[in-house]
Amino acid sequence: MAANKTRSAIPGIGSASLTDLPVLHPVTRPMGGPTTTQWLAGLSWWTALVLMAPILLWPFYVQAASKFTIITAFGTLWKWVPFLFVSGFLFNILISMFAMLFGTLAGAALGLGQVSKFGAIRRPSWFITQLFRNSPWLVILFIVLLALPFEIVVFGYIISIPDWMKAVFGLSLPIMANISEIVRGAIQSVPTAQWEASESLAFTSRQTMWRIILPQCFKRMIPSWMNWYAILTMATPLCSLLGVEEIITLSRQAMEAENNHPELLVPFYSFALGLFFIYCYPIARITIALERRYAVKL
Amino acid sequence: MAKWTEKDPIVLIKDVHKYFGDLQVLKGVSMEVMKGEVVCIIGPSGSGKSTLIRCVNALNDIQGGLIKVRGIDLTDPKLDKLALRKRVGMVFQQYNLFPHKTAIENIMMAPMLVLKEKEEDVREHARQLMKKVRLEDKENAYPGELSGGQQQRVAIARSLAMSPDVMLFDEVTAALDPETVKEVLVTIKDLAQDGMTCILVTHEMGFAREIADHIYFTDNGVIVEHGSPKTFFDDAKDPRTKEFLSQIL
Repeated sequence: MAANKTRSAIPGIGSASLTDLPVLHPVTRPMGGPTTTQWLAGLSWWTALVLMAPILLWPFYVQAASKFTIITAFGTLWKWVPFLFVSGFLFNILISMFAMLFGTLAGAALGLGQVSKFGAIRRPSWFITQLFRNSPWLVILFIVLLALPFEIVVFGYIISIPDWMKAVFGLSLPIMANISEIVRGAIQSVPTAQWEASESLAFTSRQTMWRIILPQCFKRMIPSWMNWYAILTMATPLCSLLGVEEIITLSRQAMEAENNHPELLVPFYSFALGLFFIYCYPIARITIALERRYAVKL
Repeated sequence: MAKWTEKDPIVLIKDVHKYFGDLQVLKGVSMEVMKGEVVCIIGPSGSGKSTLIRCVNALNDIQGGLIKVRGIDLTDPKLDKLALRKRVGMVFQQYNLFPHKTAIENIMMAPMLVLKEKEEDVREHARQLMKKVRLEDKENAYPGELSGGQQQRVAIARSLAMSPDVMLFDEVTAALDPETVKEVLVTIKDLAQDGMTCILVTHEMGFAREIADHIYFTDNGVIVEHGSPKTFFDDAKDPRTKEFLSQIL
């Protein structure tokens, strides 16, 4: 009885809690409803099969529908494989590497700008970062393609800018913005005590940044950096919409050359898909391994 | 500005006021530390002890009063903070070693980058300091491989590498396991005996009594009482001091 009495006296258990102290309320999503991840996790296992059914059933349909069989289609693809790989896929990789290079350099500078002590540098850096982080890549690509001149005149020489260079530029913008956030996040994840310790040893703020803070950030940035490289690589087919002759554009051209048999679509696009998967999957695995290894130890 | 001589206090703190926003943390604190003196600041947590010594090497700025370190006026708007910090070493509660550098590199960085001394000389000096803090066999260990007490001794050596005139210790044993506290205290005691000017914020009463030349007791942003260890511990006047000591001892 006494115990019961005590129990009912405990606010929050036995009775409604009334306090003027700050209270941490349980997290509720402001919009209500499940998150994308929760929704995804809630789907049944056979959803994937249903979604894949058209692809799985495709060969049978094709077999039944025409003389141009799936075997013929793969035979045709086989003929084009060397061309698609060398002129197409390797070009995608080239675009991804250049875009990553420029994006990383610009992003590193922008990220440092975001932690600058001068507002005149910090605020524009923040704005540029947010602008390109939150815009659809395709829209950025279109704007770059249409806004940039197709040739520039330098000292009387006309230098034409090929579309693929514009594509590189266009893709490097969102990469720049995301790398900028990675750099800012990594710098701010270093405990302020590290700043104080190096300040008290009479380091200048530049020395502190380059000798103490950035070397500690470097490892933490690598996994996210690789993650963005994989995302970028998978985004390179967007360039086909700009007419850049990468793997998707070339696949389409090859299919045209083969009289546009609809049976060719799945083999050709699956081939491209496979190449991207083979290239990006190891990157994803290594990223996860590195993330685990570099998990912040204090 | 009168030139500093050895007869003047090496650290002069006069009527210092410090605010964090609207909160006043220091309410007119004064203190004089002569060269070679060991001063301990004790008091309940939140009384402004740490804030006070962080002001001495300009990690915190002050809103009123005066602080001078070896004649350098910290309230001067043109204060050269780097020149000041070359003279004032600071050791923190959480050691704050640079985790990406080995013990000896931690010690060598500041003399090489800030004082631009030659690497061989710096390495030689760093070795001596490692020996002084009794860690000569841990030169190439990374901070993560060292115990708390060992890290704290490396941190002390790192500050000493700049050959400062004054050393500040901010509750340097508060985060340590009881069994490693002693090794750090022995290191500080060695330093004090070598004639280093030390200002310590500490909760180690026995240690304060043993090594301090002068003890200051702070409470609520003011210095309530100060004096030699003997008078302070045995003959405290102020009721707040008495209450604090009765809780601790």
